[in-house]
Amino acid sequence: MSGGHRPPVAGGVATGAGPIQRLPAEVKVAAAVAFVLVVAVTPRGALAVLAVQGVAIMGVVALARLPLGFVARRLAVVAPFLVAAALTAVVAGGPRIDVGPLSLSEPGLRAGVAVAAKTLIGALTSIAVAGTTPIPDLLAGLGRLGLPRPLVTLAGFTLRYLDLVADGLTRRRRAMTARGYRPRRLTQAGPLAASLGTMFVHTYERGERVHAAMLSRGFTGAMPEITVHPRPRAAQWATAALLPMVAAAALAVAWAGPGLA
Amino acid sequence: MTTDLPPGDAPPSAGPGTAAAISVEGLRYSYPDGSVALRGVSLRLDPGERVALLGPNGAGKTTLALHLNGILAVQEGAVTAGGLEVTEANLAEIRRRVQLVFADADDQLFMPTAAQDVAFGPANLGLRGPDLEARVAASLEAVGAGHLAGRTPHHLSTGEKRRVALATALAMDPDVLVLDEPTAGLDPRGQRELIALLRTLSPTLLVITHDLGLALALCPRTVIIDDGTTCADGPTRVLLADDELLARHQLALPYGFDRTALSAEPVEPA
Repeated sequence: MSGGHRPPVAGGVATGAGPIQRLPAEVKVAAAVAFVLVVAVTPRGALAVLAVQGVAIMGVVALARLPLGFVARRLAVVAPFLVAAALTAVVAGGPRIDVGPLSLSEPGLRAGVAVAAKTLIGALTSIAVAGTTPIPDLLAGLGRLGLPRPLVTLAGFTLRYLDLVADGLTRRRRAMTARGYRPRRLTQAGPLAASLGTMFVHTYERGERVHAAMLSRGFTGAMPEITVHPRPRAAQWATAALLPMVAAAALAVAWAGPGLA
Repeated sequence: MTTDLPPGDAPPSAGPGTAAAISVEGLRYSYPDGSVALRGVSLRLDPGERVALLGPNGAGKTTLALHLNGILAVQEGAVTAGGLEVTEANLAEIRRRVQLVFADADDQLFMPTAAQDVAFGPANLGLRGPDLEARVAASLEAVGAGHLAGRTPHHLSTGEKRRVALATALAMDPDVLVLDEPTAGLDPRGQRELIALLRTLSPTLLVITHDLGLALALCPRTVIIDDGTTCADGPTRVLLADDELLARHQLALPYGFDRTALSAEPVEPA
């Protein structure tokens, strides 16, 4: 495909062969989901528990040796949530405390910190999985976790052709810009809409050609089972389970002990 | 048909009793919108032949190819592969015997990895486990793409995609390979490498192309179709030397083409 050497939309995997990279995809996904569930049910007041959970996931990211820039760029996605969390501290009611020139609501501040912490932990968890697992493995792993095969296939097709669609969009925009199209007002959006329309038609036609290629190789309507992966070993499950277990243990200790809000 | 068939070099044809690798007789086809794509095409390929199918844009070349393994159903006329008629009931075996490699490799490579893409066809034939793995490995090796097995198709170069697309078809262990514009989009070196590779393949080849150099290098025999009918069928060297014939069908030798290549034996790529 043309489009220069733009990094692909999908498949941003940091290379390397750390311990996290070696774990089977389904093991990582299951551990990540369990961990995020524990973080989600951790009460907002339990900042110490959230701190332990945060350190745990940062430990995983460090073990995976994901480059700092790689993690930071992907974390930018949650910035709006962090802004919302910060606003809570300003606009919420209740007793107020002074932090520098600002007068902040104390319960708002607590809630904001908790929301920010949970958001960051959740984002880091998905980065840790997505950044260490090639997408084909991730899809296969989801299939082995019991996700229906049509859904896995659909996700696979989407990822496969996302780049081509994005590429087509870039080329069209470039061609329009080259001929002096610089939309400034909503009334100038016509050509853009038309180009999206033709793009839809082209994508549909590609779908038909892909279907023909599938028929040509004996496709009869059901995706064949192709890869037979070895089952993850018990030790691998146990290793991955450490993460949600640490999170749950911190929560349990806080629950058992006094001082939990 | 064969109105422009030059005298002398008749196309090779096997004796009676040998099933044609591909036989097309009086094939007509109109698209649902009423436009007629084929108005009576006839063509016979004997086992092991390498034939170029030339013609201008819109001549019906790809439409013909889509009939050869039943992607388009025959409306009028007959198509057989190895003596087996292309009908709904025979589709599974027909698609094992006749494989198409599409012009745009991005249409052909739809699975998350190259290896899974190559496995798709044989898995549909029922292959599983070690047999499937062996078939995939052998097919990728045959096109020099063993090292690409785990790669995702959208990260491959055009030449690499083309090789893997070829492997997906070879994995079906076909008797006939139909290649649609196999050199389109390849740089000159990629074209040379592909031609050298195609010469090593054993199936009967039908190569749809505008690339007359490719036709000359790879295919001793050429068929020209235009406006949905077969217009010429003969030795590639003879047809390509006929400027008037080429001009009539919007075909032309590339600028700077060495015409002595037409009088000599087919060019061996380096």
